[in-house]
Formats: sequence, C-alpha cells, structure tokens
Amino acid sequence: MASHVNPVYEYRRPADLDAPAVRHPVIVVGAGPVGLVAAIDLAQRGVPVVVLDEDCTVSVGSRAICYAKRTLEILDRLGCGERVAQKGVQWHVGRVYFRDAQAYQFDLLPEAGHRRPAFVNLQQYHFEEALVDRARETGVDLRWCHEVVGVLPRDDAVDVEIRTPDGTYRLEAQWLIAADGARSTVRRLMGLDTEGKVFRDRFLIADIRMRSDFPAERRFWFDPPFHPGQSVLLHRQADDVWRVDFQLGWDADPELEKQPERIAPRLRAMLGADVRYELEWASVYTFQCRRMQRFRHGRVIFAGDAAHLVSPFGARGANSGMQDADNLVWKLALVLEGKAPERLLDTYDAERVAAADENIRHSTRSTDFITPKSAVSRIFRDAVLDLAREHAFARRLVNSGRLSTPALLRDSPLNTADEPAAFAGGPGPGHAAIDAPVVGEGGSWLLDHLCRGFTLITFDAIPASAVETLARARIPCATLAVDASVPAPGASVRDAQHHLAHRYAARPGTCYLFRPDQHVCARWRAFDLRAVERAIARATCND
Amino acid sequence: MSRLITEPNLAEPDDFYEQLIGMHRGLDDAASARCNAKLILLLANHIGDMDVLAQALAAAREGIDGAPAA
Repeated sequence: MASHVNPVYEYRRPADLDAPAVRHPVIVVGAGPVGLVAAIDLAQRGVPVVVLDEDCTVSVGSRAICYAKRTLEILDRLGCGERVAQKGVQWHVGRVYFRDAQAYQFDLLPEAGHRRPAFVNLQQYHFEEALVDRARETGVDLRWCHEVVGVLPRDDAVDVEIRTPDGTYRLEAQWLIAADGARSTVRRLMGLDTEGKVFRDRFLIADIRMRSDFPAERRFWFDPPFHPGQSVLLHRQADDVWRVDFQLGWDADPELEKQPERIAPRLRAMLGADVRYELEWASVYTFQCRRMQRFRHGRVIFAGDAAHLVSPFGARGANSGMQDADNLVWKLALVLEGKAPERLLDTYDAERVAAADENIRHSTRSTDFITPKSAVSRIFRDAVLDLAREHAFARRLVNSGRLSTPALLRDSPLNTADEPAAFAGGPGPGHAAIDAPVVGEGGSWLLDHLCRGFTLITFDAIPASAVETLARARIPCATLAVDASVPAPGASVRDAQHHLAHRYAARPGTCYLFRPDQHVCARWRAFDLRAVERAIARATCND
Repeated sequence: MSRLITEPNLAEPDDFYEQLIGMHRGLDDAASARCNAKLILLLANHIGDMDVLAQALAAAREGIDGAPAA
C-alpha cells in the first residue's frame, strides 16, 4: 500500500469556450511549485491570476524533496510555511562518508534564534498539495486539464490558445509567466532554447518506505563498500519514506536499473540483508546544467526549471525556482499598478540570470567532485576525502553538493551602495533578510514584519512625520522601530535576545531598507528621509 | 597582488629534495600519485593566497604540451 494517493483536481468546463477572448492581467502556465508560488503571491498582492495546468493532480513521485530555509520563509510570507515545515522532516546535519568510515559532518544551522530549520525534506506532492490549498484560499483561478497549445506574443498582450477536454479556446494575458518545467511547452512554442551541458552519468532514485531509526540527516557516501566506486545519498522524507540515490555511471541501462529486482540487492547491500521496505517510486535520471539566455521575452517571463536546470546535488532546482517567483511577483505587481516602468522586469532577468549562473557554477563543481572526469581528478578527489578525516581544511574542499542558500544580488542595479566603511558586517545590499526573534505586536519573528511592500527597519525611533510620509508615498514603505528609546510613532518591536542587532551589525540609528521580497536594498547608519525615498525610487526603476 | 617566489627560498634545497623523493620510497606509481595529491593540497592550504596559487598553477603548466589549461 503506497504511503500517498495523489488527489484528482476537478476539471471544470471553462465559460470562455463560448465567449470572445478575455484579457487577464497575469496567466501562469504550470501548477508546479514555482507557478503556484507565483500565483499565490500575485493573488495576495491583489492581482487576479489564472493558472493553467495540463494535468489534474500534483507531482507523480516524490521528485524535489529538499526545501531550504529561504523557501520556507517565502512560504511563510504566503501563508503556508507552517504546514510545509510541520509535515516535512527538519534537518540541519549532514554526514559525509568515504569508503568504510565517516570523513566528517557539518551543521548548516549551528546557531539558535531562527524560526525555520536549514532544510525540510518533503515529497513534492505534499509540497504542491499545500500550495494548491493555499492558492484556492487566496482566490487563484486554477484550471486543471488546460493545456497550452499556442502562444502568440503581441505588443500589448500575449494570445494564449488552450485545449481542454471540451475543446479549444483563447485567452489574452497582459503578462504570461511560463513555469511549465524542464520541458516547457511555452518555451517550445516560442521556438526558444536553453544552453549548457549534459553530464555523462546516471543516477537511480529509489523512494522506499521503511521503519528505521536512522536520524534525520543528510548522508552521503563516496565509494562505500556496499556500492563500490560510486556515490550514494540518503535522505529521510515524511511518512517513513526514504530517498536513496545511487550513482550508476554512464553505461548503466536506465530501463533495467529501474526494475525492483535490480534495486533490491542494492538496497540489501546498503541497509542489511534482512531490511524490510516497500518500493514507492523509482527513476533513473541524467542531469544537465543549462539555462535560457534570457528569462524575459517581452511579455512572457520564464521561471523555475523552464528557465534553468541544475543537478540535484545542492537542492538548487526547486529552491531557486521559489526565489525566481519571489523576485518576479512584486515587480510585476508594481508594473501592473502603473507604479514602476516595465524595465523593472528586466531586473528580474538580470538578478535571476546571475542567480542561475551561480547555481550552475555550484552544481557543476559538485558534479565534477562526485563524478571525476579523469584519473587525476579522481586522485585529487580521493586525496581530499582522505585528508578530511584528520584535517579541517580539507573538509571545506569536499563537495557533495553546496546546499542552496538565498541568492546574493550583489550587483543588482536596484541596490543603493553603502557609504564607504559604514558597515563591517551584517547583510549588505542584495542579501536576503536574516531572520531573528523579536518581541512585539505583529509577529515574533523579524520576517513576520517584512511581509508586503517595502519596509524600513530603524534601530531607534524616527519622527512621526517621516513614518507618515513613507506610509503615504506612491510606493508605500512600512516602518518598524527596533528598541526605540522613546515611544515610537509606528510599529515597533524589542530585540529582547539581541540576535537582531548582532545579525545586522546595528547600533542606534542604523536603518535597513527591505524590498518586498525581503532583500536588503539599502542601509544607513542614520535615518535620512530623502535617502530612503531615493533608495525606493532606485529599487523600483523610478530614478 | 602577492607574487609567487621563484628565486631561491629553501635554506637547504638538497635536504628538501631528498625528503621529497624519500616520501615516495616503497610506493608504486598509484600510491605515489595519491601522496603527491595530498601534498599539493596541504601546501596549497598553507599558502592560502589564491593569487600565488594561480601563478604557481600557471608556472607548473608552462612548457607542458596539451590542450590549453581551462
């Protein structure tokens, strides 16, 4: 008996079949994690959104399972972080083994004072179900069994042709978000391609259900006795499901290796001859590191796997897709409101292409370590693993996947640079917010207070007139005073545990300006209303 | 930028060379290759300076035939 039965979402005959094409502000193609996150975020920002999906259920098989802290923080902003965090298996420790012994272990979140763990492991179908439920709550128009069969970009809109079980119809989208995965239909229909490389290696994923008292840790073996010459990765998921990922080499036969009777001896060698398990799902994959040259093509914007692909080592696929959506939606909402020029969307392209390149670089390096391509590369790899047991420096060289962290938008044109020598620490312009516990109304974590538009955090109070001016601006900016020495005119919190001041290298007077996607875009040592207004103008291409 | 030292810098060059060769005593080619790799990694970490390491990598590759280094 499988641990999970996929829901079937009801297809409804669209009224549009019998009507002229209706224009929508935004149509999202693909109800996977990225499309759903984009849709929920749009809906929460008051933008009506239609989601088209050719299927009528969630992911078949567990697929993406490692969701990073930043992804949970994005989901918290969208109102479904708690469900995913609770259902998922939380972890922060990883162990790396070489041959028959542990080489070293690492801790991705060694400090206290964070709401979310470094990672949760959760089957993609559970993740998507949580998002579908939240999308419904927020009023997203979800259309299942709606397959896009035509895309025609025009100057002022995109014509979309959609096939349903009842026939074909057309819609117009002011903006089309293509989040339809690695084999993107929209990309194909527009004659666009991705560039990069395929890696000559094959991996077997086996999801098994078993009772085990292995702890919830990421375990990675290089050249273990039970699978000599190759690597193995083990992750715990929800519902007593475990992901085992066996490297097979390029010559393996994918059809053959998927057979349960081929998988059984591998699992018995690893887990013991008497191991009892049920095989839930198996797949043999190769992977690629590639991306589209540009993610924005006029009114069509690509996000997630449709735009870029990486190897799974490092969990940089789905997690980077979440960041794509997070980056895009506030910009699109401002453009739709007429509060920012369309070129703000080009900064989605600039920022997320840079992030994709960083992910591809990390992923390629991990792959070169896991699958050495020459004899000498293998010798160095094994030497690093040998040294790692004894010598701390070598542990930093071991690369079993550099696990996803929030993109650092260091070179973004939306940033306002620090005054020279103003800060020696803390998150500079382009960094994602670092969470910390706070005491006060509106939430007990910093990120609870950074959940809609621009937000200025001030360490100490600022004048009531400034709070008012910022709140009433064309692009409003909320304010939050931390540890105000006098009663603060607006929202305020206390940094009771001093994590906040420490993490932000703050002293009285310090201000941080956050974008709606919780990235720092400017910071100062003293409050200056004009400087804040200029930074917001810059961060929205209104300068 | 720090510069790779290529002028004499070893006080007792013959002692060093003897010990370098001595490290490999009794090893077959495969074991020697492993030993060399560990040595390079240990020394690289000791040097630490990426500029110096890059110059050393380039200097080592100089005059060796083959495709250009990536």
